[in-house]
Amino acid sequence: MEYVIIIIAAIFVNNVVFAQFLGICPFIGVSGKISTSLGMGGAVLFVMTLATLVTWLAQHYILIPLGITFLQTITFILVIAALVQMVEIMLKKLSPSLYAALGVFLPLITTNCAVLGVAILTVQKDMNLMQGVVFTMATAIGFTMALVIFAGIREHLDNMEVPKGMRGVPIALVTAGILALAFMGFTGLV
Amino acid sequence: MSQIKNLTKGFIKENPTLVLLLGMCPTLGVTTSALNGLGMGLATTFVLIGSNLVVSAVKDFIPDKVRIPSYIVIIATFVTVVELVMQAYLPALYNQLGLFIPLIVVNCIVLGRAEAFASKNSIGASVMDGLGMGLGFAFALTLLGSIRELLGNGAIFNFKLIQSDGMLVFVLAPGAFIALGYLIAIINRLNKRNA
Repeated sequence: MEYVIIIIAAIFVNNVVFAQFLGICPFIGVSGKISTSLGMGGAVLFVMTLATLVTWLAQHYILIPLGITFLQTITFILVIAALVQMVEIMLKKLSPSLYAALGVFLPLITTNCAVLGVAILTVQKDMNLMQGVVFTMATAIGFTMALVIFAGIREHLDNMEVPKGMRGVPIALVTAGILALAFMGFTGLV
Repeated sequence: MSQIKNLTKGFIKENPTLVLLLGMCPTLGVTTSALNGLGMGLATTFVLIGSNLVVSAVKDFIPDKVRIPSYIVIIATFVTVVELVMQAYLPALYNQLGLFIPLIVVNCIVLGRAEAFASKNSIGASVMDGLGMGLGFAFALTLLGSIRELLGNGAIFNFKLIQSDGMLVFVLAPGAFIALGYLIAIINRLNKRNA
């Protein structure tokens, strides 16, 4: 039951994109087509889960015992950057088909603030390892969902007559605002 | 002359947020009020100046292959400095900005300037570039924060200007997207007219 609440809260109530403003750059940049959105979402799910796992272990078995939690930011970003590199190299060798699907998105993920953000949030909220992993996966699913919904809308937006100044990013942002408004309806669900 | 150009280009013509559309997450996340926007902007400015300074100072010693990780470590160091100083002296602001302080590390503006400018230019020019870009970012955040605070609470920097409750939605998440969308549309329009 506890996990169900974490999942619903992370996907709908506190959606990373619409409520917490994390991962906006890929949200605006990549969400042109539904297929690329799914690819990006898959890559984020993969890296984010691994990143939370490793940073949680680093926090609880290295930083806290040594009393150097102030190095959290530096440690986490380095771990994530190294992890992304490693995943890229390993995927290339082990599963070329998966690499072909996710490969282009991997370098972009290091600077996706949602990955670092969720890793820090998990530690800040004092979750245990299992809760943290469930929370991260749900967050990534919420991110993918936001990306796919938005991509669907943008595919239609391309065919609309938008006023000149509003074309491109401005109309995308306003649309995202209306979507966020819809997501506010989930507030109070959990 | 060129030094002044390095300083002023970040303000309007190459404004990192409103024209180049970098660093969207903090732009949307912290601008619930003008004060939060300004605080975040100044924190990022400090990191930008510091990282630009160090990157341009050590650019000749870093092998090309490991330059990005090295830049990230330099940036993360300055972010940690900001984090600790804010926690000690401005705890209220620190709590308001919360997660977005450590997230300055992954702000594309900071890494972008290190890679695109500081790694190719002299120390003086890089510091000016960092200052200009930082102030441009702070300007954009303060502007957006003021608009949202005015529409949402009828106030700017906590000074009540309109005696009414305002539209709460502008302080909440959806208002951030909508206000920024219209702001960018207006800037686009103005830039086209000037060009």
